[in-house]
Amino acid sequence: MRAYDMTATEISQRVHRKEMSATECVREVADRITALEPLVGAFLHLDVQGALNQARAIDALSDDERQQMPLAGVPVAVKDNMTTMDMPTTAASKILEGFMAPYNATVVNRLKAAGAIIVGKTNMDEFAMGSSTEHSAYQLTHNPWDLSRVPGGSSGGSAAAVAARMVPIALGSDTGGSIRQPASYCGVTGLKPSYGRVSRYGLIAYASSLDQIGPLARSVDDVALLYDIIAGYDPLDATSIRAETARVSEGPVDWKGLRVGVPKEYLSADLGGVVAQRLQDVITQLEAQGASVLEVSLPHTAYAIATYYLIAPAEASSNLSRFDGVRYGYRASGADLLEMYENTRAQGFGPEVKRRILLGTHALSAGYYDAYYLKAQKVRTLIRQDFEQAFALVDVILTPTTPDVAFRFGEKSSDPLQMYLSDVYTVTANLAGIPAISTPAGLADGLPVGIQWLGPVMGEDRLLQVARGFEELWPSSTWPGLGGEA
Amino acid sequence: MNSGYDVIIGLEVHVELKTQSKLFCSCSASFGAEPNTHTCPVCLGMPGVLPVLNEEAVAYAVKAALALRCTVHPFSKFDRKQYFYPDLPKAYQISQYDQPLAEYGAVPIIVDGHVVKEVTVRRIHMEEDAGKLNHLGIRLGDAKGSLVDLNRAGVPLIEIVSEPDMRSADEARLYLTELRNVLSYLDISDLRMEEGSMRCDANVSLRPHDYVGSLEDLPRVEIKNVNSIRNVQRGIEYEVARQAELLARGERIVKETRGFDDQNGRTYSQRSKEEANDYRYFPEPDLPPLVLTQEAIERVARSLPPAPTVLREELQQAGVTAKEAEIIVGDRALWEYWREATTHYEDKRQVTNWILSDLSRLLNAHGDTWLTPRVTPAALADLLRLIANGTLSGRMAKEVLDRMYESGATAAQTVEAMGVSQITDHGAIQAVVQQVVADNPHVVQDYLNGKEKALGFLVGQVMKQTKGQAKPDMVNAILKGVIADYAKT
Repeated sequence: MRAYDMTATEISQRVHRKEMSATECVREVADRITALEPLVGAFLHLDVQGALNQARAIDALSDDERQQMPLAGVPVAVKDNMTTMDMPTTAASKILEGFMAPYNATVVNRLKAAGAIIVGKTNMDEFAMGSSTEHSAYQLTHNPWDLSRVPGGSSGGSAAAVAARMVPIALGSDTGGSIRQPASYCGVTGLKPSYGRVSRYGLIAYASSLDQIGPLARSVDDVALLYDIIAGYDPLDATSIRAETARVSEGPVDWKGLRVGVPKEYLSADLGGVVAQRLQDVITQLEAQGASVLEVSLPHTAYAIATYYLIAPAEASSNLSRFDGVRYGYRASGADLLEMYENTRAQGFGPEVKRRILLGTHALSAGYYDAYYLKAQKVRTLIRQDFEQAFALVDVILTPTTPDVAFRFGEKSSDPLQMYLSDVYTVTANLAGIPAISTPAGLADGLPVGIQWLGPVMGEDRLLQVARGFEELWPSSTWPGLGGEA
Repeated sequence: MNSGYDVIIGLEVHVELKTQSKLFCSCSASFGAEPNTHTCPVCLGMPGVLPVLNEEAVAYAVKAALALRCTVHPFSKFDRKQYFYPDLPKAYQISQYDQPLAEYGAVPIIVDGHVVKEVTVRRIHMEEDAGKLNHLGIRLGDAKGSLVDLNRAGVPLIEIVSEPDMRSADEARLYLTELRNVLSYLDISDLRMEEGSMRCDANVSLRPHDYVGSLEDLPRVEIKNVNSIRNVQRGIEYEVARQAELLARGERIVKETRGFDDQNGRTYSQRSKEEANDYRYFPEPDLPPLVLTQEAIERVARSLPPAPTVLREELQQAGVTAKEAEIIVGDRALWEYWREATTHYEDKRQVTNWILSDLSRLLNAHGDTWLTPRVTPAALADLLRLIANGTLSGRMAKEVLDRMYESGATAAQTVEAMGVSQITDHGAIQAVVQQVVADNPHVVQDYLNGKEKALGFLVGQVMKQTKGQAKPDMVNAILKGVIADYAKT
């Protein structure tokens, strides 16, 4: 078995048992990345030499020290909106081209402390704004299952790298579905934790009250492994929660007696036939296992997209103001200060980012604030209450992750509204602050279909247990063949 | 005071809190370092960083709010105030907008030691300071560029907003004086207007007597960033006169921001408010709301020092006049000096006299403040004891104090060095007196003939011969006795 076929769990076990050195692992993985990257385009920055150096350092440790590292020798890819001192961090924007942060994101420090080896920074939609990774200022990322299709977004690079077996695990960020939607399109598992579970320190903010970092992997166990590393209170993030992260339980899920809610509002006409059919198949299977599947109501679902596309751009318009050309990043020339600002931001930001800055600036403007931003916050509260009421009745909620499977390049990028509407099933978890995981549910015409599981706030433990149970029920048996191998 | 209109003044005062670190990061908040050395990714506004609230700054702000008799809210929140400027790294300032830390306090206006009025403090909120721009060139217009120094960016501030309760430039001065005085006892700020650790913007408008609208709708002129209390007063005085002249000519007063030129004492237009910024305030998503328990607020309340009003009363009960108490309490360092001196020496009246006359004179002459007096309260007390036990006359003591101030020596050392201790030996004084009487028979005769002034000459001669050390009342008594004896012969 080649290292790139292994899960993170397998790699760390072998490295712990000295059946494989970290260096061997990284070398094999690096060879595969080098071979496949021209096809996939998952990485904005690769550091094979740096990764090999890190691997040698792991190998040079004592056995005891290595045993303490749950990710000893495990290659990991990090989305390019998390700061790394030894690699550039650009958020796929021209305005941060070549930017070297003088600090690591908290998650990066946690990965390093756990013995993980960061091989590179993955492509994304600029500042995480998008659902296809087509809004990267640098390159397209191709879906490993069908290179003519998008990998989803905004964490498209991380999802594609995991699906293409370039790395076993990767970090993404999720503001309205940016981990789960690409996980679904690429046939991998992706978790958006509860808001406040994972420190946002060093995550370049898109929408601060919605952003959350989470893991992507080819197995639920690997997702749980990575989640355990990154979750936890961080004094550098005032919104991170002071709560012990319950160790993800190993035990099998007991389907009998599990109450699974399916929100009736999610089964609308927008739902593509393939996905609707697969969801029905899943429900049938769960019921066959003894789960009770109940219809629940999330009555404010219809307002979720509108709410999200007011709150997220409003916060983004503020968060992205710091990119002004004064202290770091791209600076255009100008006759005076104002012109320098205007030219820098006109040339440094891409069209989707500008669109959202304009939307958000408008929503916060005097005379519009109450009608837009304030109203959206009120609806947000109602959406959160919808979930609280639903979770009084059921243990988990089952939904599609996306209305359809991965689309072709250019199919939606010309129509922003169409692109926004495809976030319909994912944005609610961010608005409500609850954990959500997308797991693969087989293929349809050769393309992965994902389903989403939602849990109550701080309910990651149970959610992961259910996802693991489902994975056993519905295993992903194949991975995309790339570069000639099966 | 003026016919035809009332003067309406409201003040916004920014006070820098002298915490160890900045409001949202662990950088030093101290003043005067090399540019950009007190900075980190957080206060530089780098991508991905997050603010963490400084608890010490909250405690300081609560202290200020309680000392200014505000209601401290158990729930307040932070908001972003957004505008682009190179001294504002994130392009937004974290401030408090619609739910400030504290509201509705009061500052007394004190005239001749008496409270004549109270100005309402509408609100106190916390916010971070911006950095500083140093323009290369003499004037902004011909500057070749600007250097950004972000040492100050993120330093904690409180903004204290008054109601438009003041009716004259003098009241504005008295408000600022008392506000600074109250805060000075809390150890929360340097309160130096010249260094910017206390800054004042004054809103000035004139309300014609026949005006029936709301104060809000009056055209208001804001005088920005004046660097001393005196200049706030001057700026307001100028502005009142300027606006009165406009009204007299039937012209409109434009709502605008004006600067103050302390060279010529005038205000000048900076920008019209009609093209004002839309700050697009919204709740800061990176910080949870600021929640204070009633218990925590009460804990701070219990730790507060007595208010100046209380201190002034205490002094008056100790026999200090209202006017003197105002002077003493008005300068915290002076009050501390007074308090310490009176623990060393019981006669508070005597201590007060010496502090406010001779010691104040010496401080002024040397350009010193009460923070660095060259005669300690204990040394002053020693000197007063030498007067009380007759070692020194009052006049000698003044000279001794002058020497003590120069040398830093104790009273006893100085007296010894000067050889000035008072002669109180009856026999010794009598011997000198007899000699003087014998040497000046004509003067003695003049005195006996009713020329009172002649006695003064004879006293002077005695003092001269004793180098001024003979105890004056003894000299007088002995002299009269000796002359009486002389007359009998």
